[in-house]
Amino acid sequence: MRSESSPWSLRLAAGSGLLFLHLPLAFILLYAFSSEDRSFEYPPPGYTLRWFGVAWSRPDVWEAFGLSIRVALLSTALALLLGTLAAAALARTQFFGREAVSLLLILPIALPGIVTGISLRSAFNLMDIPFSYWTIILGHATFCIVVVYNNAVARFRRLSPSMVEASMDLGADGFQTFRYIVLPAIGTALLAGGMLAFALSFDEVIVTTFTAGQQQTLPIWMLSELIRPHQRPVTNVVAVAVIVATALPILAAYYLTREGEYVGGAGK
Amino acid sequence: MTEAFVVAAPQETVPRRVSDALMARRGLFLLLLLAPPLLWLGVVYLGALFALLAQSFFSIDEYSGTIVYEPTLKTFSELLQPANFDIIVRTLVVSAVVTLLATAVAFPIAYYAWRYARGRVKALFYVAVMMPLWSSYLVKVYAWKLLLAKEGAVGWFMHAAGLSVVLDSWLAAPIVGGPSLSVSYTGMVLVFLYLWTPFMVLPVQAALERVPVSLIEASGDLGASPGQTFRNVVFPLALPGIVAGSIFTFSLTLGDYIVPQIVGPSSLILGQVVYTQQGTAGNLPLAAAFSVAPILIMGVFLTLAKRIGAFDAL
Repeated sequence: MRSESSPWSLRLAAGSGLLFLHLPLAFILLYAFSSEDRSFEYPPPGYTLRWFGVAWSRPDVWEAFGLSIRVALLSTALALLLGTLAAAALARTQFFGREAVSLLLILPIALPGIVTGISLRSAFNLMDIPFSYWTIILGHATFCIVVVYNNAVARFRRLSPSMVEASMDLGADGFQTFRYIVLPAIGTALLAGGMLAFALSFDEVIVTTFTAGQQQTLPIWMLSELIRPHQRPVTNVVAVAVIVATALPILAAYYLTREGEYVGGAGK
Repeated sequence: MTEAFVVAAPQETVPRRVSDALMARRGLFLLLLLAPPLLWLGVVYLGALFALLAQSFFSIDEYSGTIVYEPTLKTFSELLQPANFDIIVRTLVVSAVVTLLATAVAFPIAYYAWRYARGRVKALFYVAVMMPLWSSYLVKVYAWKLLLAKEGAVGWFMHAAGLSVVLDSWLAAPIVGGPSLSVSYTGMVLVFLYLWTPFMVLPVQAALERVPVSLIEASGDLGASPGQTFRNVVFPLALPGIVAGSIFTFSLTLGDYIVPQIVGPSSLILGQVVYTQQGTAGNLPLAAAFSVAPILIMGVFLTLAKRIGAFDAL
């Protein structure tokens, strides 16, 4: 059919759109090897591997990295628990106030991050709560819940209720049914949601600046380097490391939740 | 088969009794599931939002610089002062421009992925949109700082292509221009556009995926030109997706204070004001009052979006 071939103008628009989305990150890779350490001169006058070694031996980078990992792990764990519970409750039920509950779930990402940040800050201020590791977690877990929820609720809807009923009919109690039927079916969706939540928390900076006080997570470290650069090449190297560290869980999450994957009882 | 198939009665264990009790009372079961997430969001999130609202009704003592904990509308009235009101308007204009441009960039990508891409190409399109969406926010902003800097790559390529004149006359233009791309509205809008475009592609494509291709063919068979088909069939059906995407592009631009700080002109936008008021200026009430503006704007937006069914495209 002739209409199936796409017009060249559309191809050009879509292609340049995708190029626009990908080219800038390639420049970060290029600059990480630049031998120039003061300006963002293009093209770089020379190439070197030396900055990778310099970045590796910086204790402040490692400290920030460690805090980010610890925050992301605990926030993800909390979000997994709370998001899965919410998804299990909302996937196949209708009740009064259901709409309000789902609105409450998406509100933390529908409202600007700065609102979440300053709200938490006001609350800490009014209640005299000092900034700590836990105040960062409070913020992160709140907006990570919806990521887990979205992944889990989609999978819960594809899990046929007759699978659960069959399990109960065959004599399994609720906990056994959860362990042997529900969990295997939603496992990969939870893993994917967890990875996305981890990536989101690891990278968060807008809310974190309001809830961290003097502590430095990796994004806060980067932000301070962006505003007042001390050693630009080190920032370039850390940026590359962050690209790699976030790309891997995202790709993994994608492969775990591809459409058409077999789920027991789906399609019934 | 004459023998009845007998299933042994399950043993009366504690887990069984608990699960039986829960299965018998679906409402209680539902409540138990919902209680932890609702408590968390209700206490931490809504509680914090109310704390914010409470702060915005306090005011700051102009002489001592301390917060006066007495309800007043004084702080809100400060928002209407010309300087402050300008900031709100400016931010709205920037958000609207970013949203329009993001729609223009995102639509062809979503349209192509829906109409022509199949199998591997389609998966590739999806990953190609997901990767920039999820990759690090700060790294993306940083990449643009590298690109837009005076000695950076954009200037170099423009020069190499002999387009320096175009760039210079663009920078000389009022409003959009500035000393260099990295301190102009053009630069700021470009970075916002880059950051939020993936958030527009996904919902638009999700909305389009629900349109059967036969509908397009039917429109053509009934004599519509491709342009008419687009205006009267494709666009109205994609609209909920565009509105869903706008929720993100709008909300994210309204609340951002990092991009304008790193790439942007000296005149402030809303996020920056909130940030400086609560931080260095120590005026938490005014910061709180300012952040009520995006809440109201997004409230209107969300109500509108709900009415045209945009939530299904999220």
